[in-house]
Amino acid sequence: MSELADLYQEVILDHGKRPRNFGPLAGATHHAEGLNPLCGDHLDVQATVEDGVVKEVRFTGSGCAISRASASVMTGLVKGRRPEEIERMFETFHALVTEGPGAAPDLEALGKLAVFGGVHEFPSRVKCASLGWHTLRAALKGAAAATTE
Amino acid sequence: MSETTASPRPAAPPRSTASPAAPAPLDAERLRADFPILHQSVHGKPLVYLDNAATSQKPRAVIEAITRYYERDNANVHRGVHALSERATRAYEGARATVARFLGASVNEIVFLRGATEGINLVAQTFGRQRLAPGDEVVVTTLEHHSNIVPWQLVCAERGARVVPAPIDDAGDLDLDGLDRLLGPRARLLAVTQVSNALGTVTPLRRIVAMAKERGIPVLVDGAQGAPHLGADVASLGADFYVLSGHKVYGPTGIGVLWARGEHLEAMPPWQGGGDMIRSVSFERTTWNEVPYKFEAGTPHIEGAIGLAAALDYLTAVGLPAVAAHEQRLLQRAEAALAGIPGLRLVGQPRERAGVISFLVDDVHPHDLATVVDREGVAIRAGQHCAEPLMRRLGVSATARASFALYNTPGEVDALVRAVAKAQEMFA
Repeated sequence: MSELADLYQEVILDHGKRPRNFGPLAGATHHAEGLNPLCGDHLDVQATVEDGVVKEVRFTGSGCAISRASASVMTGLVKGRRPEEIERMFETFHALVTEGPGAAPDLEALGKLAVFGGVHEFPSRVKCASLGWHTLRAALKGAAAATTE
Repeated sequence: MSETTASPRPAAPPRSTASPAAPAPLDAERLRADFPILHQSVHGKPLVYLDNAATSQKPRAVIEAITRYYERDNANVHRGVHALSERATRAYEGARATVARFLGASVNEIVFLRGATEGINLVAQTFGRQRLAPGDEVVVTTLEHHSNIVPWQLVCAERGARVVPAPIDDAGDLDLDGLDRLLGPRARLLAVTQVSNALGTVTPLRRIVAMAKERGIPVLVDGAQGAPHLGADVASLGADFYVLSGHKVYGPTGIGVLWARGEHLEAMPPWQGGGDMIRSVSFERTTWNEVPYKFEAGTPHIEGAIGLAAALDYLTAVGLPAVAAHEQRLLQRAEAALAGIPGLRLVGQPRERAGVISFLVDDVHPHDLATVVDREGVAIRAGQHCAEPLMRRLGVSATARASFALYNTPGEVDALVRAVAKAQEMFA
């Protein structure tokens, strides 16, 4: 069960059950829909961008514990950051969930995202962990939809 | 050496002598010895393979038939005059005869292709394209796998026709009155599954086929999920087309079967051009080979056909009635045990079920459930099961699905139930 405990760390279980920043965002300037066609996960990420900075991010939709927790933690971390910074965070996060903590040297900068360090042992769950991020990136780029396919 | 591939012998017990009404109970523990892959541990636990609706495991008889073919007989078919080619051709055509026997069909009505999906695409692109005009309708059902929806959408888009879905009820059974209303004057074809891959619903095919035939509407039956549990007797079923996938019926991947009425195969144009499907080629005029070869362009999946025949021989030797009865016992045990778990809900409670059971657990997403039970050695499927319209109709985004085969045991049902309880603990 040790790998399983690595995957479903307390923070992930908590955010999966009680996602933060969950619900529609009034006056959002950007939004995108994210789909994982394989498992039916579906997230809608909404953001307000002012002066080139992400002021607010919220999400709605349904998904597994990993995708909900990842989106939830993400919404807390990206507030007050510029899209370029968010892009760099995503790159580190992506390295973390695909290759593990060793491949993400800037882990400290990710703060709470470090709890996703067990995902790389479960290749089929990488898409779950990435869905919220792909969707936010699509929203910030002005695309209407993201997919993990 | 000359008869090596023509008669692969299944390592199964002798054919049951009991009457079909009361088949001798199947000894799953003993049959498991025929499936090498089952004897392994996964994450330190004995493998409990309950993803048979995705693909079934292969008995040694199948693996050995393929190995034997490559070690002794490999050659191209239908053209060489040398000994190996003659042997390969005999084995390949022998496989066609085995499939024909399994389906109660004539041998020249059996087309080998990659799988059920390719069979449906072939019918859509030949028969469908020939017959569909603007405003026409292809009737499917809400139960269908995407592969019995999308090929019809493709040809309908091209021809200005449309796909209309027959409704189901909340239990996951077809609404036959609803279907009846849809079989109207513009309906040119009905495409229906034998068994739902997501819910396990067995459709009342004889009634459905009768309804369609009364109005002269041809019927395609998707047997991908039904064939391993129920088999098919196409001669008495009365449908026009039946497709199956080899890998779901204990055979190899990459091989499948289209059965079609001979008169349809004669009238349908070729689908793909190439070698083997032609009689003569010139730049002025090319003529087609006779059926079924007209539909088998290129060197076929020879070892796939041989492996499929070995699988069907195996299944027939074990006995379909005994397999069906065994699987029913497993399903009943699973249904009762799962329904008894607080917070667990079965998705679909059809009147008749084969092979498959779908469910949801409160506070545990199917994907998380599948990951946790996998760590207990239990392989199940989570997701939409390539049946997005069905999931939408049932108001769920995904389900967990356990699916059974002849080698599963009551103890494995219990292992699933224990693993589900572990997942509940974890997400409590």
